[in-house]
Amino acid sequence: MKCREMVELMTDYLEGVLSPRDRRRFEEHIAGCDGCRAYLEQMRATRDALGQIAEEPIPEHVQEQLLAAFRDWKSTGT
Amino acid sequence: MDPRSRSPCNATALGDTKGRCPVARRLQARSPEPEVDALRRGDEAAFVDALQRYHGPLLRLAMAYVRDRDTAEDIVQEAWLTAIRLLGRFEGRSSLKTWISGIVINVARARRRKESRMLTFTSLFGDLADRRKPTVDPARFGRDGTWRELPRSWDNVPEASLIGKETLARIKTAIEELPPKHREVIVLRDVAQLDAAEVGTMLGISAENQRVRLHRARAAVRKALEDYLA
Repeated sequence: MKCREMVELMTDYLEGVLSPRDRRRFEEHIAGCDGCRAYLEQMRATRDALGQIAEEPIPEHVQEQLLAAFRDWKSTGT
Repeated sequence: MDPRSRSPCNATALGDTKGRCPVARRLQARSPEPEVDALRRGDEAAFVDALQRYHGPLLRLAMAYVRDRDTAEDIVQEAWLTAIRLLGRFEGRSSLKTWISGIVINVARARRRKESRMLTFTSLFGDLADRRKPTVDPARFGRDGTWRELPRSWDNVPEASLIGKETLARIKTAIEELPPKHREVIVLRDVAQLDAAEVGTMLGISAENQRVRLHRARAAVRKALEDYLA
């Protein structure tokens, strides 16, 4: 497998959908190639960093309004 | 007849009162969830907990469809109000997060349609054609297909700077620049952290198409980060 092909398999690898044979070839390549290893790490780091951008607090007034709506629903049972 | 199709459909939960919503239909076939039960019992603490935990991911999800942050906040709020209204009818077969994400998608899509009457076809054959397009600039490889210049390891980039404010702002910008279909998938998978099966169900796309979109989206965000960290 060439590096050029390797980079297109990174997501399939991370998703765990490569066939056992492809997975073995992929890992063999990674073990001997600094460039592809760095690229794979970058893809992992990218994925993990994406999980960090969601941390946004709900505005207090919105939470109050929604909680009020929830209480309404609860008390009327509708 | 499939017994599921006789059960009351919560399509209205997803903004489709005619019961034609495929998202709603596909979400029917899952196992019950304790979090949903708590909400249906009227547990306020559980409700506030869900509001706080899902606000960020849902806001990002809404922003996959509309640019404006205030509009996105509106969409999330409207989705919660819809969810409250339909709690009694929700069968709880998908996780709460999946259910509310589905509502956000429908509210956001409806809002976007209202705002721009023009239908935008990103590309009819997008995923098929995309699969063949390289995600890394071909100039980075030599004629033999190996790296000309190795990607720099991010090992010595301090953790703090990878998740620093400025970096996260770059990531947000990179997401906004993605084609809508890629943006939708990466937000659901990597930002909202829903699993592949849930996202496939929600969007009605094959596992393979989902991976193609996810791969292209991640590669684009990676590139933006590489440029920024260089």
